[in-house]
Amino acid sequence: MFEIVSNELIGPQIYRLRVRAAKIARKRRPGQFVIVRAAENAERVPLTIADSDPEAGTISLVIQAVGQATKQLVALRPGEGIRDVAGPLGHPTHIEKFGRVVVVGGGIGTAVAMPIAQALKAAGNEVVAIIGGRSREFVILEYELRQIADRLIICTDDGSYGRKGFVTDALTELLASEQFDLAVAIGPVPMMEAVCNVTRPPAIPTVVSLNPLMIDGTGMCGGCRVTVGGQTKFACVDGPEFDGHQVDFVGLRSRLGAFRDQEQEAHKQLDEKCRLK
Amino acid sequence: MTENRKAPRPGRTPMREQPAAERKKNFTEVPYGYNLEEAVAEASRCLQCKKPLCVTGCPVEVDIPGFVGAIAARDLRKAVEILKGTNTLPAVCGRVCPQEEQCEIRCVLGKKGTPVAIGNLERFAADWEREQGEARMPEVAAPTGRRIAVVGSGPAGLTCAGELARRGHEVAIFEALHEPGGVLVYGIPEFRLPKKIVRVEIDNLKKMGVTVEVNSVVGKLDTIDELLAEYDAVFVGTGAGLPKFKDIPGENLVGVYSANEYLTRANLMRSYQWPESGTPPVKSKTVVVIGGGNVAMDSARTALRLGAQRVILAYRRSGDEMPARKAEIHHAQEEGIEFMMLTDPIEVLGDERGRVRAVRCLRMELAEPDASGRRKPVPVKGSEFEIECDTVIPALGNNPNPLVPRTTEGLKVGKWGNIEADSVTGQTSREGVFAGGDVVTGAATVIEAMGAGRRASRAIHDYVMARPPKRK
Repeated sequence: MFEIVSNELIGPQIYRLRVRAAKIARKRRPGQFVIVRAAENAERVPLTIADSDPEAGTISLVIQAVGQATKQLVALRPGEGIRDVAGPLGHPTHIEKFGRVVVVGGGIGTAVAMPIAQALKAAGNEVVAIIGGRSREFVILEYELRQIADRLIICTDDGSYGRKGFVTDALTELLASEQFDLAVAIGPVPMMEAVCNVTRPPAIPTVVSLNPLMIDGTGMCGGCRVTVGGQTKFACVDGPEFDGHQVDFVGLRSRLGAFRDQEQEAHKQLDEKCRLK
Repeated sequence: MTENRKAPRPGRTPMREQPAAERKKNFTEVPYGYNLEEAVAEASRCLQCKKPLCVTGCPVEVDIPGFVGAIAARDLRKAVEILKGTNTLPAVCGRVCPQEEQCEIRCVLGKKGTPVAIGNLERFAADWEREQGEARMPEVAAPTGRRIAVVGSGPAGLTCAGELARRGHEVAIFEALHEPGGVLVYGIPEFRLPKKIVRVEIDNLKKMGVTVEVNSVVGKLDTIDELLAEYDAVFVGTGAGLPKFKDIPGENLVGVYSANEYLTRANLMRSYQWPESGTPPVKSKTVVVIGGGNVAMDSARTALRLGAQRVILAYRRSGDEMPARKAEIHHAQEEGIEFMMLTDPIEVLGDERGRVRAVRCLRMELAEPDASGRRKPVPVKGSEFEIECDTVIPALGNNPNPLVPRTTEGLKVGKWGNIEADSVTGQTSREGVFAGGDVVTGAATVIEAMGAGRRASRAIHDYVMARPPKRK
């Protein structure tokens, strides 16, 4: 059992769980993930580690409750526990002094981008962060990122907070007047794809962090395979970060939807059961 | 004329099993096992050879005439004791060992008739003991003060851990998944090896003092070097868990699953109990499994049980070259799997949503033997054809898991990523680090991995006893 130390709502259906996992907290580097299983019989879910506190022996996971497995996780209260937490998995982000770096976070991808921005800043980079969401309440971790980044640009699709538009609009504008040595984009697949389309013409190396379906996270199932530069890679052991300009986003998107119909059916069945009770 | 001849020896006692039409709809074990009378009848066929050839075929050298003779004498307790003297997992081996090419093939009775059903008898004795409830624990030697880390809880790791615990060492098993057992729980289906049996075997190890740490991905959480700082020796039995694909176009379409993924969903994650279990099963109408080994058979038979209407097994050689056990092929055929021999898939075709709609194949014919000694399949010109399907399962074998080799400096690996280790002692290029099973040999059998774990346990014992313990 891995004890839940705190569970806070930080956006619509978005929760930050602090989980006691002392060894992982000590070992983990930015960019790595864990696989968690809420309870016996639950699905294994890969989640990028948002932050860790080695002294307190805790890791933070930011979870959007969208499916059965994630709903089960965010329903856990402090004092209760997650049955299984395995990690840290995947390669850590490659951190060095690149110069000027723009870090783009969309939705809960912001939670993954934050520790990377932090590490890049600590390595001596100038960091500009762009974060966005559908509307004001979907913008998360603003306070934390303000402490880290040299500059923070906030966007909302509906203009309810920050500037109106997508993160890519802000990025396009930024790149028109400034030079960057590296871009890091983490968020929904369409967003990462759009960012790569923006950074491709000026040839800014762009790192994306992928979160495909996977079961074991150790290379065994191959469910997380993704085509990068024409070659098949396993996101769990070869990634999760890849050169965004080489990633086949079309294939990635369709593989992510492999079980969508069945999952919706499961929701319906479970909702039905709950109503009957 | 006939009255002068001796009465013919009775043939092998058949094992009752679930009828094919019924069992293909459930995940319950296929054979029922012998009852006592059947077991005694079968055991009584054994000639009790003075120089038993069967034993020479067993990778762990079970005293076969000994335990078979005890069953014939209805002394089941003694049969189990003899079995467990050399084999820590008889209930597993009785089910999944290829006896027909190891012990039974050497049985003298097989020369003129059918060999003694050694595997069935092994299973019977082990099941009898389990059903008695409390299993009798092997004697554990006085504590040696030495601590040994075993990485991976598959057949090699479990055997090595059991043997070392017996010799009085403190043993900790590290398992990456949430449940111990390795391929016994994620790979081999319930209908061939009920998971309950594996759990009982692991509980028995725990009763001997072995600890099991699940969710421990060695190489990521602890490295081998970190383990060496705390333990007197390390045994690596991380198996062959990196699935091979065919490297043909379309293999990353939705609907293509490695056999590992397909089987792991069904076995470890119990997707056939979905939605009570959280992991959705793969739903298919027509499934094409590529390959001809035991894992291909397991995948095809699992597909039927998950509700596929048609399951095709495409194999590029002919039935004679198929590496799967004859019994498994027979079971698959009985259940209605369609075998398409001399068929080589060359492309997976998708629809506009990126989902599998068909497999394009070539017909093959057999030419001269190749390096493997099997006749080499060559394509027939102009023979391309398509099989309409919605699921494709490449079951083409696995490469060794890369996590430990990649994170352990100075650990020598071979060209397939396998750890190089002495075939007798399991000694690797690193002092205090031993390895065995599929991570050394590439994908092989459960019993071979157990044999390696057992041999390594002796070398590890000698190694740690020749040195002072690390922990004072």
